[in-house]
Amino acid sequence: MILVVLIGVLFVGGVIAWISERINPDYPRLIALVAVLLDLLLMVILLSGSAGSEAQWLASIDAQWMPRFGISFYLAADGLSGLLLLLTAFLGVIAVGSAWDEIKDRPGFFYFNLLWTLAGVLGVFTALDLFLFFFFWEVMLIPMYFIIAIWGHENKNYAAMKFFLFTQVSGMLMLISILVLAYFHYIQFGTFSFNYHDLLAVSTGGELEMWVMLGFFIAFTTKLPSIPFHSWLPDAHSQAPTAGSVILAGVLLKTGAYGLIRFAVPLFPEASLAFAPVAMTLAAISILYCAKVAFAQSDIKRLIAYTSVSHMGFVTLGIYAWNEQALQGAVMTMLAHGLSAAALFMLAGSLQHRIHTRNMQDMGGFWPKVPHMATVALFFSIAALGMPGLGNFIGEFLALLGAFQSNITLTVISAFGLIFASVYSLWVIQKIFHGEFASTNFDDSQLTDLSRREMVYFGAMMLGLVWMGMYPQTFLDMSAAALGGLLAGSQELVTSVVQN
Amino acid sequence: MLDLIWLLPTFSLLGFLSLVLTAGTLPKRIAAIIGAGSVGLSFAVAVIIAIQFLGSGEEYFVKEVWTWMSVGSLNAGFSFYLDGLSLTMMLVITGIGFLIHLYATGYMDDDPGFSRFFAYMNLFVAAMLMLVLGDNLILLYLGWEGVGLCSYLLIGFWYTNPENGYAARKAFVVTRVGDTSMAIGLFLLFAQLGTLNIQDLMYAAETQWAVGSGLAVAVSLLILGGAVGKSAQLPLQTWLPDAMAGPTPISALIHAATMVTAGVYLVARTHILFELAPTVQLLVAWIGLITLLMAGFTALTQSDIKRILAYSTMSQIGYMFLALGVGAWSASVFHLMTHAFFKALLFLASGTVILSLHHEQNIFKMGGVRKQLPVSFWSFLIGSLALTAFPFTSGYFSKDEILLAALELDGPGLWLWMGGVLGAFFTGLYTFRLFFVVFFGDNKGHEPTQEVGGWNMSWPLFVLMVGALLAGFIGLPLDAVFGGHGEEEHDVSALIHGIMIAAPLLGIGIAYLFYYSKTFSVDKLMASPLAKSLHKFWFSGWGMDALYNWLFVYPFLWLARINKDDLVDKLYAFVVVLSRAAHAMIVKTQTGYLRWYALSVATGLVLILTLGVLL
Amino acid sequence: MESIPIEHGLILAGILFTLGLIGVLTRRNIVFVLMSLEIMLNASGLAFIVASARWGHAEGQVMFLMILTLAAAEVAVGLGLIIQVYRRYQTVDINVLSEMKG
Repeated sequence: MILVVLIGVLFVGGVIAWISERINPDYPRLIALVAVLLDLLLMVILLSGSAGSEAQWLASIDAQWMPRFGISFYLAADGLSGLLLLLTAFLGVIAVGSAWDEIKDRPGFFYFNLLWTLAGVLGVFTALDLFLFFFFWEVMLIPMYFIIAIWGHENKNYAAMKFFLFTQVSGMLMLISILVLAYFHYIQFGTFSFNYHDLLAVSTGGELEMWVMLGFFIAFTTKLPSIPFHSWLPDAHSQAPTAGSVILAGVLLKTGAYGLIRFAVPLFPEASLAFAPVAMTLAAISILYCAKVAFAQSDIKRLIAYTSVSHMGFVTLGIYAWNEQALQGAVMTMLAHGLSAAALFMLAGSLQHRIHTRNMQDMGGFWPKVPHMATVALFFSIAALGMPGLGNFIGEFLALLGAFQSNITLTVISAFGLIFASVYSLWVIQKIFHGEFASTNFDDSQLTDLSRREMVYFGAMMLGLVWMGMYPQTFLDMSAAALGGLLAGSQELVTSVVQN
Repeated sequence: MLDLIWLLPTFSLLGFLSLVLTAGTLPKRIAAIIGAGSVGLSFAVAVIIAIQFLGSGEEYFVKEVWTWMSVGSLNAGFSFYLDGLSLTMMLVITGIGFLIHLYATGYMDDDPGFSRFFAYMNLFVAAMLMLVLGDNLILLYLGWEGVGLCSYLLIGFWYTNPENGYAARKAFVVTRVGDTSMAIGLFLLFAQLGTLNIQDLMYAAETQWAVGSGLAVAVSLLILGGAVGKSAQLPLQTWLPDAMAGPTPISALIHAATMVTAGVYLVARTHILFELAPTVQLLVAWIGLITLLMAGFTALTQSDIKRILAYSTMSQIGYMFLALGVGAWSASVFHLMTHAFFKALLFLASGTVILSLHHEQNIFKMGGVRKQLPVSFWSFLIGSLALTAFPFTSGYFSKDEILLAALELDGPGLWLWMGGVLGAFFTGLYTFRLFFVVFFGDNKGHEPTQEVGGWNMSWPLFVLMVGALLAGFIGLPLDAVFGGHGEEEHDVSALIHGIMIAAPLLGIGIAYLFYYSKTFSVDKLMASPLAKSLHKFWFSGWGMDALYNWLFVYPFLWLARINKDDLVDKLYAFVVVLSRAAHAMIVKTQTGYLRWYALSVATGLVLILTLGVLL
Repeated sequence: MESIPIEHGLILAGILFTLGLIGVLTRRNIVFVLMSLEIMLNASGLAFIVASARWGHAEGQVMFLMILTLAAAEVAVGLGLIIQVYRRYQTVDINVLSEMKG
């Protein structure tokens, strides 16, 4: 029931926020803040209440929806979902905070879209009925489209349309795959079912399994994103308002990784096993190629977007290595990258807010002007390049450590990403904060240091990363049971198939 | 008391946190007390721990503070491992670290980034302690990357000059190449042996791998990659001279006494792996030898006082690698310790000279300052004597051990020894070239009024002078660590000893003739075109920077430039073009004439009807 | 009662329908297009009646009544639109009124 409340709060909050704009344009942000804080509180209660319990599912609800087609309203959260829900709620608060002063135009509709996107994400992380999953998948897409298209920057329509088309086309492939699966359930068991557990037992077999798996894979790797489906991300990020970037980089990308872990691999263990080398190759290419392209960018948001693709490569690598360390590494990378990338986008956003440019060629020597911002930026760049002691290192290290056991060559190639990461991260710091102060290129009258409110957000995110880096066990323990279950399930299937 | 070993990094970490969180608002005096005091406290604790540990007679001591991560079979804790080796390193880091911190409170006095400087320094000490005390390779890696980060931050400390930023990034990226190699080594070790705890690994490797087995060779090569990166040995040595862009105390602490010797520590710590791979071990010796000779030649041509010292550091670490390569583990660590004393002394003294001469670093613009700068003069004299292994200074004992161990090696031992002696000759030459040019002769423009610095800058120098002279008499508790490889009686003829003592003296003598008495003229020597081009070649560090630029940097920049807009995106742009073309074709049917639409409806209807009738 | 063969009725309906269609396709004046449309509607109505007379069913008559009302409604709306179009564009030539061109 708590899951319904979690999602419901955001849906209802969004509607109220929209309406309340008519009363006072300051109300929507307050209502949005209350809604996301309430969600965060609920999440903390849910997770702390279940800490230490051995049960795989923390909470679930299963109600009939369209029984004729085997469609039910089935939500459930295990440790894996729980961690991602927590991340979503946390970044939800951050996103509302980062939009606080930035969004002046039609705030009601903005916060409506923001909350509905978040609701969709929460739904995606909990839905265990594939029809419902697809429903939420679409719910998070359309409000995001509006956020980019209405509140974006100079080239917003192009970016929003690109985002929409990529996600929509890949989502359609997934829908086809879902329908094929349900149909095969009908053939094998006589009834339609979209239930996750039922579908785990379905085997399409042979070449078809590979095609159906690819439907899921493409949908999820487009969202992740991975080469060659990544090119919507730089445009979407550079055009989206800051809050949009925070949600996009922080949680929307993670739905792709979550989908791979929860659906793409367990539903098709054999095909995934056969496909793993290809997926890992794509991951390795993503890591290196996007790190290189990131280095070439002068638009700071595009740069960060490409680094996101590069870091998500470690996630794909970890998932398709499919062993305990690698999976844990992938999940840790998702969490840590959620914080660090969101923070970097917020920094880029606050810079743009102050000097009205994203072009790094025009910046330089900001350190003495904005020491706090510089320190914060340094911290998150260092985190992004995988400094031990911060969350990103744990994730990438574990992912590589696990991947090494399944594919040495690709892991070694991917490890070079660590070098590239240091090249572009330090370049950003050098370009913006070090060097002589470049005051002639822009109006520097508004270049002020971070406000107290901003420091609170960044401080919370920094604490989160340090926590993940110094005592990751909190998070590792939480997802251990869930990941262990997934691993055991797929291994059983693979071995049973091999034996037959 | 041993249980309190976790206090060591904690003090510095607390110092770092308090300096960072106050963000430079603290008065300079308080910041200095926090910055230097935290390391001083660490040193005090380290001394107490050392006394207790040595008194207890235990071979090692382990203290787990908390579990860092435990995933499946991987188990890594924040746990500290203390034995003779880490004890030595710990004392060097906190002891010399404290002296340098103290010195820096004077050196950095008028710098606006005073508190930022000490924050980074404290973080460095904490990371370095993690590196040497970690009982598993992941914790070691944490320290390893941590010191790299601090090195980056401190080289680029004066960030307004883009060249400093470049040097800092170069240092970080070049060492990261080595770090990545080491990380891959870690993955391989874990995949093969199922643990990353250092002692368990050593035991498992010893019992499971045969001598010379492919795995042992691969692992030790990968770890060596990390070590050469950090310790600025061939082929990853190019960053160290540029790293001198940082403030001088940094050069003393990070780029002479502690961080750059981390590679030596790593190899010594995992020496069992190298013993299992004799070919790699021999490679270590050759790397050390070639680096020490190359650096020696280059030091001879430099004119920047700190760059000369940087190349000399590289060269001395070459000696340590040489020792590691011939299996003289204790001798290597011994040289590491003595080198920490005399090289820190030299750097700090050069810092005083530089500061007294208003940030002049070119030695040919100094000269004749021995009267005005007495403390620096004596520091330099003692430091230089120890560096050149003048008999009965600390450097003499340690270098002696290394060369004798090299000589005893079968096969290439004689060659290694001869190379080492040649290196010693060059050490004498370039060290005293520096010494004579700076302190004797005529002054060339920079007339120092007086030597800068109060007690906080001179006392560390005095302590280090004593150390540089007497550290050779310290016996290190390394026998248990290296299984009795430690003190060995070398039985060699007096001729060998004579040569080893004479080589550096010869170097000093030639330096005397060229740069003090001016019996020979450098200008005449430099007149020939061959000498000029050779000078240029050596001056540029054997052209390694240019080589790497052509091999890696330019191709990378070129690739980045040509593909700025992301080729993959063009693929989708093609889809857009395609659909636009299709659009342009089909749009022609939309004439806007009502009758055209009606006709098409009617035609369609007729078609469907005919089809219906026919089928 | 002597009945007209069904074929005659259907052929007449077909001819009327074709005439209407030709009218729709060739006339430029929108009023005439509308009138031609009416002819087509009535042609189909005729076909219904003929068919219902042939089989003696009432449904065809009912359909014709429906078509009649539909045609009346359509003329009302259509003429209204035409007046509006004329007011706006000062023409009823459909070749000029080609705003839907892609």
